[in-house]
Amino acid sequence: MRDQVAPQAGSDSGGPGADLRWRAGRRVGEGVIAGLLFLCGLVSVLTTVGIVVVLVTESSGFFREVPLVDFLTGTRWSPLYTNQRFGILPLLNGTLLIAVGAMLIALPIGLTSAIYLSEYASPRVRGIVKPLLEILAGIPTVVYGYFALLFITPLLRVAFPSAGVYNAASAAIVVGIMIIPMVASLSEDALSAVPRSLREAAYGLGATKFEVSTRVAVPAALSGIVASFILAISRAVGETMAVTLAAGATPHMTLSFLDSVQTMTAYIVQVSLGETPHGSIEYKTIFAVGLVLFCMTLAMNLVSNRITTRFREVYE
Amino acid sequence: MREAGPARDARFEPRLARRRRNGRMFQAVCLASIAVSLVTLATLLADIAIDGAAWLSGEFLTSFPSRISSRAGIRPAILGTIWIMVLVALISFPFGVGAAIYLEEYAPRGRLTKLIQTNIANLAGVPSIVYGILGLAIFVRYFGFGRSLLAGAATLALLVLPVVIIAAQEAIRAVPSSLREAAYGVGATRWQVVRSHVLPVAMPGILTGMILSLSRAIGETAPLIMVGALAFVAFTPTSPMDLFTVLPIQIFNWTARPQADFHGLAAAAIAVLLVLLLLMNMTAILLRNRYQSKRGQ
Repeated sequence: MRDQVAPQAGSDSGGPGADLRWRAGRRVGEGVIAGLLFLCGLVSVLTTVGIVVVLVTESSGFFREVPLVDFLTGTRWSPLYTNQRFGILPLLNGTLLIAVGAMLIALPIGLTSAIYLSEYASPRVRGIVKPLLEILAGIPTVVYGYFALLFITPLLRVAFPSAGVYNAASAAIVVGIMIIPMVASLSEDALSAVPRSLREAAYGLGATKFEVSTRVAVPAALSGIVASFILAISRAVGETMAVTLAAGATPHMTLSFLDSVQTMTAYIVQVSLGETPHGSIEYKTIFAVGLVLFCMTLAMNLVSNRITTRFREVYE
Repeated sequence: MREAGPARDARFEPRLARRRRNGRMFQAVCLASIAVSLVTLATLLADIAIDGAAWLSGEFLTSFPSRISSRAGIRPAILGTIWIMVLVALISFPFGVGAAIYLEEYAPRGRLTKLIQTNIANLAGVPSIVYGILGLAIFVRYFGFGRSLLAGAATLALLVLPVVIIAAQEAIRAVPSSLREAAYGVGATRWQVVRSHVLPVAMPGILTGMILSLSRAIGETAPLIMVGALAFVAFTPTSPMDLFTVLPIQIFNWTARPQADFHGLAAAAIAVLLVLLLLMNMTAILLRNRYQSKRGQ
């Protein structure tokens, strides 16, 4: 800034006024920069506003044609067929089935991994395992989709011959594996934040390492652990490519992991891959489904946030 | 049997040998959990190496996609991924670092700042496909970018922006305040302090976060499907307004086909993508280590 303003000051005849003007110019430049930086900060707010506005305005057209009650309570979803039905429950069923299956895998494995890393592992082991978990977390979801469809599904079909080429189980397994690193690393952060003095007090009373871990460290870190679980569920609900590839595209009401199901995210992908004309009711469905997906994940993220800030046990 | 008694009794097991044995069993269970992740990682990598090895060749990297599997390649996908990477970096770096500087160095501690900060945290948890819907409505239709590289890159830039901002904020926060105070003490303005003192020290940390964000961006598939990336691109993209494909889209397309040959092609493309991601992550780690050892001196 100084370089741009200084010559202007030099062109004056000098004296105390010039110096003051130079300072004023510097202040204007500072204000401009502060304004630009503020605008950068605003981009994130505009993104949220944009998401909400797009989802609400585009799906309002949809809800003019399909009553909200039918949308939320209908048990058939067939917008791409001649007999169009717009009940989102089958998509919610598919989404939640896979999320629950993924949680059955990720929560116990993630939590015990976190306990191992925080309570048992030597610094050297931790130094090796943590980067490997980061690699697992960094693998693109489409790669997990490939792994689910072409490695896990064939294995499952050997074990359960009634399983289809597309089934909820293989999608749930890979989504579960995908979120283990997230549960493990967030829970480990929570466990590491439990002060040493608590553990030492328990050891002093004669507790074993197992008892210290499960009856002192885990309860003390519970809010962080629960928050990590909720974030993980939110992630599983929003996961797209693995479920699109592995779970198939048949929206229906089922509780069987061997059936093919369709999730909300997989439906959105299916519509955008097809040649759906802009402005048609089929096209508008992606915004309505997207709105439900956004609200669900947002609610879970807010709850998770709230748990970490509200229920955190603070130790001196 | 004590175990069969009421819950209060179950909480204390007086026999030390048994308690130790429980402890060892629990430790074994925890270790097994870690093993699940590591074995899965190894299996996944081995599976891809076995499936893809036969298809990896120089021609595979330089050919266009084809309906005939033996002639198919990933040239447009690699170029598209590089284009996307560069464009996402050009868009998200200034906005992300700008926002981080604002929040750390300029913002008054007030409700608006808190709102922006909470908002960034929440945006990081929005599913990537929702960003795809936003990109479709805003960049493809409203701004009229069409199904172009620019629309895809802008969408992904918004997607990684929260991560870039959070990483940059952490890097800026780690700059010792004595540095700032010394600069203010000799009469520097706020921007001079930021530009000449804070940013140079924070830059390795900012760049590390940027590279990790880019490695997330080039692995994304769903938002680009929404924005309209194609699976068949038989030309080399030359401008940001061109139609495009990227590696993950190509992988998705080939994986979804029934023929085994295309699955081999998908595995080979995955291997290329993973090597690219590995290189980026190694760069980030090297940068971080160098930065840490420098600060340690």
